[in-house]
Amino acid sequence: MSIAPAGPQTGAQLIWESLTREGVDIVFGYPGGAILPTYDAMTEYTIRHVLVRHEQSAVHMADGYARASGRVGVVVATSGPGATNLVTGLATAMLDSTPLVAITGQVGSGLLGTDAFQEVDITGITRPVTKHTYLVTRAEDIVPAIREAFAVARSGRPGPVLVDITKDAQQSRATLDWEAAAPQRHLRHLPAPLDQIALAQALDLIRSAKRPIILAGHGIQLSGARAEVLALAERADIPFAITLLGLGAVPATHPLSLGMMGMHGESWVNRAIQEADLLLALGMRFDDRVTGKLKEYAPHAKKIHIDIDASELNKLVPVDVAIAADLGDVLRALLPQVPVADRSEWLGSIREWKGDSAVRDIKNLPDDGHLYAAHVMHDLWRLTKGEAVVVTDVGQHQMWEAQYYKHDGERSLITSGGAGTMGFALPAAIGAKLARPEAEVWVVAGDGGFQMTFAELMTAVQEDVKVNIAIINNGYLGMVRQWQALFYEGRYAATPILSPDFVKLADAFGVHGQRVEARSELATAVEAARTVKGTALIEFKVEQEDSVYPMVPAGAALHDMIRRPAPSVLAETGQDPV
Amino acid sequence: MSHVLVVYTDDEPGVLTRVASLFRRRGFNIHSLTVGPTERPDVSRMTVVVDTDEATARRAVEHLRKLVNVLEVQQLGIGRANVVRDLALIRVNAGPTRRSEVLQLVEVFRANVVDIADDSLVIECTGSLGKIEALVDTLRPFGIIELGRTGAVAMARGTRTPVKAAIAPLRTGGGAMSV
Repeated sequence: MSIAPAGPQTGAQLIWESLTREGVDIVFGYPGGAILPTYDAMTEYTIRHVLVRHEQSAVHMADGYARASGRVGVVVATSGPGATNLVTGLATAMLDSTPLVAITGQVGSGLLGTDAFQEVDITGITRPVTKHTYLVTRAEDIVPAIREAFAVARSGRPGPVLVDITKDAQQSRATLDWEAAAPQRHLRHLPAPLDQIALAQALDLIRSAKRPIILAGHGIQLSGARAEVLALAERADIPFAITLLGLGAVPATHPLSLGMMGMHGESWVNRAIQEADLLLALGMRFDDRVTGKLKEYAPHAKKIHIDIDASELNKLVPVDVAIAADLGDVLRALLPQVPVADRSEWLGSIREWKGDSAVRDIKNLPDDGHLYAAHVMHDLWRLTKGEAVVVTDVGQHQMWEAQYYKHDGERSLITSGGAGTMGFALPAAIGAKLARPEAEVWVVAGDGGFQMTFAELMTAVQEDVKVNIAIINNGYLGMVRQWQALFYEGRYAATPILSPDFVKLADAFGVHGQRVEARSELATAVEAARTVKGTALIEFKVEQEDSVYPMVPAGAALHDMIRRPAPSVLAETGQDPV
Repeated sequence: MSHVLVVYTDDEPGVLTRVASLFRRRGFNIHSLTVGPTERPDVSRMTVVVDTDEATARRAVEHLRKLVNVLEVQQLGIGRANVVRDLALIRVNAGPTRRSEVLQLVEVFRANVVDIADDSLVIECTGSLGKIEALVDTLRPFGIIELGRTGAVAMARGTRTPVKAAIAPLRTGGGAMSV
């Protein structure tokens, strides 16, 4: 930490001073006119700056950094287009509850509202996709705004906050008074003390349930409540289904783990939800990709919903017991009173629904010469011993990854769930690797999404960051193609997509590149990527018109699944015997 | 049905936009929204009347509570436990032949005439939402030329603890920061 000099400092210095004191060690950004005073002061501080190739990627990097580490990610950008380029990243972080602070330069305060060069109303533009925004026009307001921004980003349900600082505020001087700037407003709406009546009702429901199921969400990770959730599951013998963002929050290979729920969840998982008599929704928000048709969702179940965000309770699914509080706090209060139970009958029926799919392993399926994305995910899981941090893009590969790469470790899957932002993976992976240099980080992206942000390969090179990249190339915007095949009579409007020669592309960026066209080449290529110095890219040329199964069509009931048309070489699951 | 929300906020630029855009974003239908100063110079008070069901109104309250510059939200009913008042200015046709008829109605409603022109009157009426609607309906046959309403201001009856003063707005050197 730098020692603040006595006397007034420039606003620019106060920005770095505040970031340093908030524990920031790295920021992701792109300079420009209105933020130039801040960049000029940067060299006096030890904080590392990562120069991105597009500001959207800066937010995704900060997002990946935050999700991999649990710390607040920080972005710096200039006014106008620099600031507007942040919007998609902020929306991505908002929907997935990632704590971020974005600092943007703004034109001088005297020019505000005059349509000056590179002036946009960025606080207005970003209001709906942030937890809060600040427009700071005076140097003395910088420290209070940044301190409060960090507090707001971290507290309650985390999320992004934007601080827009005029150029003159960065240039004029103020005296640092850290203590006086201690934030308070984020404390206004802390959750009320635990509602004892609600806790008692929840206990009653747990006691009397015959077919309970835990819906494990991202809130488990954000609350740090993994141990408590597992204790509850084990003590009361309750199986858990996992949301996309909950993968990794609880271990996938735990005996009580059923796997992912929802649109591309395994059939037995969704069936268990539909037949359950009690849902324990822990830190999840009943997204439409998880529930399917609301009217027919879990029709026999009583519902307990625990989430720190009170506005999520009774939003889509009316529940019997709603508790707005930190999940860990609630479970610690509940656990001592939860009776030990044996629900082998219920677990037995779920096992029966799995049938032989539970013991099939695609590793042992005959090689018919086709390379399927499922093979890639399954083999990647095996070869990395399930210990990699995988950062996925959005689309079919994302679902295959979720189905076939079994995440046991916390913060081991980073994916854009709520927003479904293509182009997320590569920048987010660079951020994740910078947060956890010791981790093996894999990008899993489609040929479409990768082409949105692959300029960040150069950022990885310039910053000497090693990520391993698996491009699942099927020559289509595959998920959209799948919907066209299933719901638009196979009219492939604008979904065939050409790609550059990815191996040559890798070469042009100065990174290792390889192409894999048969499953027999896969392991060697993955091992080469893992061991080579620096970022490595593998293009997997997979089956072009493969689809993700099973699938609950949008708006259909959860038990109304489209199964893989038989005959097929692929099992519907890569679930191993447990 | 109508729900009345009283929202205490920091007196800062941008707060009104935040509250209004929250309602727009979530699809809550605003019947009226008023804003003004309070007994504390740093706190503003909004009265929002929304037409929605109970569950949605409750969710609106929870969304409002997530805004950093909202101090407190009260959900009031329209019933007798609360005072809900609206003010209307109504310019109504009232030529010499029908003027006395209109004046009688004004008296019945305990409203006031605040301007008289050759062929029209401006009537000021304060009261519950229902009373104002009744007056407007009564005057409609005469021909309403112009109607302006303030929107409701509401307050619960009985005793009440003051707005929590513990957590001050983000205050710096020369006043609250613009947001």
